[in-house]
Amino acid sequence: MASVDTIAARPDLQGPAGAMKETWPEWFDRHSRHIFIWPAVLMILVFAIFPTIASVIIALSRIRFAGGGFQVRFVGLQNFARQFVGNDQIHFLGRFNQMSALGWIVSLAVTAAMVWWFVKFFKGGFNLVGFLGRVITAGMIIGLTLMFSGTLLSGNAWGTLGTTLFYVFVGCSLQFLIGLGLAFLCSMPIRGKSFFRVVFFIPLMITPLGVGYAFRMIADTNKGPIQPFWKWVGLENFSWAADPWAARIFIIVGDSWQWIPFIFVVMLAALESIPRDHVEAANVDGASSWQIFREITWPQVIPIAATVMLIRVIEAFKIVDLPNIMTSGGPGIATESMTLHAVFAWRANDLGQSAAVAYLLLFVTVVICASFFNYVVLKQLRKS
Amino acid sequence: MSFRKMMACALMVGASMFGAAASAGAGEYDGVTVRIMTRPGKVIAQRLIDRGVEFTAATGAKVEVAEVPFAELFQKIQTDWSTGTNSVDVGVFAAGWAIELAGAGLLEDMTPYVAKDTKLDEADIAPYFRAFQKIGGKNMLLMVDGDFQMVYYRKDVLEANGLQPPKTWDDYLAVAKAIHGKDMNGDGEADYGSCIFKKRNAQSYFAIQTVAAGAVQTQGTTQGFHFDPDTMKPMVNNEAWKAAFELYKETGKYGPPEELNFDIGDTRGLFKAGRCGLLIEWGDPGPMQIEEDAAAIKGKLFAVSALGWNKVLDRATGKLVPVTKENAPYSIDGVNYAPFAAFGGWAGAINAKSDPKTKEAAYAFLSYMNQAAQSNVDVTIGWTGYNAYRNSQLDNPDLWIKAGFPADLAENYLGAVKGALNNPNMASDFTLPGAQQYSGVVLDTELARYLAGEITVDEALANIEAGWEQITEDFGRDKQIEFYKLSLGVSNK
Repeated sequence: MASVDTIAARPDLQGPAGAMKETWPEWFDRHSRHIFIWPAVLMILVFAIFPTIASVIIALSRIRFAGGGFQVRFVGLQNFARQFVGNDQIHFLGRFNQMSALGWIVSLAVTAAMVWWFVKFFKGGFNLVGFLGRVITAGMIIGLTLMFSGTLLSGNAWGTLGTTLFYVFVGCSLQFLIGLGLAFLCSMPIRGKSFFRVVFFIPLMITPLGVGYAFRMIADTNKGPIQPFWKWVGLENFSWAADPWAARIFIIVGDSWQWIPFIFVVMLAALESIPRDHVEAANVDGASSWQIFREITWPQVIPIAATVMLIRVIEAFKIVDLPNIMTSGGPGIATESMTLHAVFAWRANDLGQSAAVAYLLLFVTVVICASFFNYVVLKQLRKS
Repeated sequence: MSFRKMMACALMVGASMFGAAASAGAGEYDGVTVRIMTRPGKVIAQRLIDRGVEFTAATGAKVEVAEVPFAELFQKIQTDWSTGTNSVDVGVFAAGWAIELAGAGLLEDMTPYVAKDTKLDEADIAPYFRAFQKIGGKNMLLMVDGDFQMVYYRKDVLEANGLQPPKTWDDYLAVAKAIHGKDMNGDGEADYGSCIFKKRNAQSYFAIQTVAAGAVQTQGTTQGFHFDPDTMKPMVNNEAWKAAFELYKETGKYGPPEELNFDIGDTRGLFKAGRCGLLIEWGDPGPMQIEEDAAAIKGKLFAVSALGWNKVLDRATGKLVPVTKENAPYSIDGVNYAPFAAFGGWAGAINAKSDPKTKEAAYAFLSYMNQAAQSNVDVTIGWTGYNAYRNSQLDNPDLWIKAGFPADLAENYLGAVKGALNNPNMASDFTLPGAQQYSGVVLDTELARYLAGEITVDEALANIEAGWEQITEDFGRDKQIEFYKLSLGVSNK
């Protein structure tokens, strides 16, 4: 390639005003950064940014299909507001009749904990970003506590937000405990270890629709494949699908069956990566199994455990297949997740409400997961 | 299917293909493909596929049937046609949904095709269903089915227990209670007094309207039972609908444990196995009971066109008052009946944006489905999902006896169907823009929540009222008043 000095010394390579005449390879070389980056930027713009912006417009509008296209009417924040006040409040948040004494106690306790958290933060030194992050997190925690206190703890039905959080926190906790337990067992020197590893991994590879139909049949106490078993245990005439809590629990059972293998595989890899000499040294020193787990194994797998839970929680917020297949969101709206709520609104051509619910889900997911990452995962990663 | 019936079908197919079938001639539509979208499964879709094969042999036009879930059918057709995707030429859906599509200019006006069609015999279509085919005086639809809900009872079970068929909804509860837990199919197990599909996002919202109609509508079809026709104010938050909701929930005490999660296919499986004493259904159980897999109930499932109420709504006060000849002129022996034209029937509509040759072939196919030569066979076969809508079907018991009906069942079945069709107080389903949202979304959701015990009946009715008002405001109240009156046959012009 000609250097700048060489070009300056050759008039044939210079333009009429003395500018250098650039060859194609040189031009390409100079612009290569942009040429290589723009396809990726365009892809992101077309497939990520544009839909995001378009869905904001939809969330702020009422759309009606008509000949030759559709009519869009701007309605401001109405689609969001209807989830919190008015006749859609029951669907999204739940029914608030009267707060019970327990509800008040829990709400006040959580609020006090948040105040204490802020006091601790201020004592450690103030920074604006940290403060804003804590304001959002604390606001979300207090808001969700009030919602649960006003519904679950006060004997009222909750809405799709509560159901989604139930699937996320109860389901993921259960899946983590069982997945970790199974991984711990398979990391031991037991017979048939490889067989169990394969068997435990299979459910993860099955389509959620298949899982939904399978569990719907299994749970059918009246004519399902294990009806004799239900009859034997005296539950022949029990209808899990007609009972809100039984239906939610069955969906968590199906979801757990599918996702425990994910926790299992990752945690097994984490457990097997722990140096054996640490454990052997503890054994020599006479430590019990529980002490070894608490003092050696657990501290070393915490960062991986926190990360796998973060991934699982993000995934769990989007649950839709199982409640749709197993109960169609029923009985009532007892098993309807926020994603299913958005799907049903979309199915009814209420695109504005569908987009608004989807954005609320995004907001809840981001705040909870970002808080979990900042205050749990990052803390553990720093420690390790 | 019996050998005799198979032969009859084969003969009909042969006749269709070589003569009386399509208006079009052989090879006329070579190279044309008619793409149809409808609900999934054997019901409705399978007969379109079967008849499509015959139509292809007769005319050369290929018929493709795409099946989508019932709850997504309207939305898929509407978005396909309004956004210009136009991957569908014919939608086969609820007749009541067409008005919204026609209002948006998405439907082909079939009037010129009908005028030239010598084989359709439009006059043979019962007046109620003939009216469904027209919107603003133009033929926008062709029916392939005629629908309204009736109440069925097991004649043998009621007789064995010394019970009379129910006349009122209170009787329904009393009979269901009396027979609940009895063995109705001889398998030694307890069966159910009542079977109603109550699953959310399915078709539960039709049955609640069947129950409520007789308590709300007293002055004939033009009165309506969903809204005040002059203001479009919902007529739902009152004692009549409340009584209907409460009764509907109470039927669950005498039904299968999983009734809240039962779709229509589930209840059909149960009653065909002889496990239901009473049920609310469309016309299908009549012919379904003569199918091979329904041996337990063959000739035993009788129908009544509607059950009534001996108290009706006083619209001025929102209270229930005893039936008199003054407040319910069509009442009989102190009971007000209002058979509900649930769904109206499956009908075909043509995409206005399809190319002319395809539209022509599409019409020829819908006409072929509708013509007596085909439909008089199809309506007598239970699994097709097609119910009687032509006079030549309703006035001809021999047609049904030949299909395998015992004579007394044929008489009862046709009597019940005609009793509903001829009732001057027949209640219309939603046939206005937003029809699917009023019933399939708002009514369905709040009903499901009430049945699940999440909300009280008063909350459910208040939510429905607010939800319906929101839809009316969204579409424009004045326009909705106009459409609603049109759907009831009320005209100010």
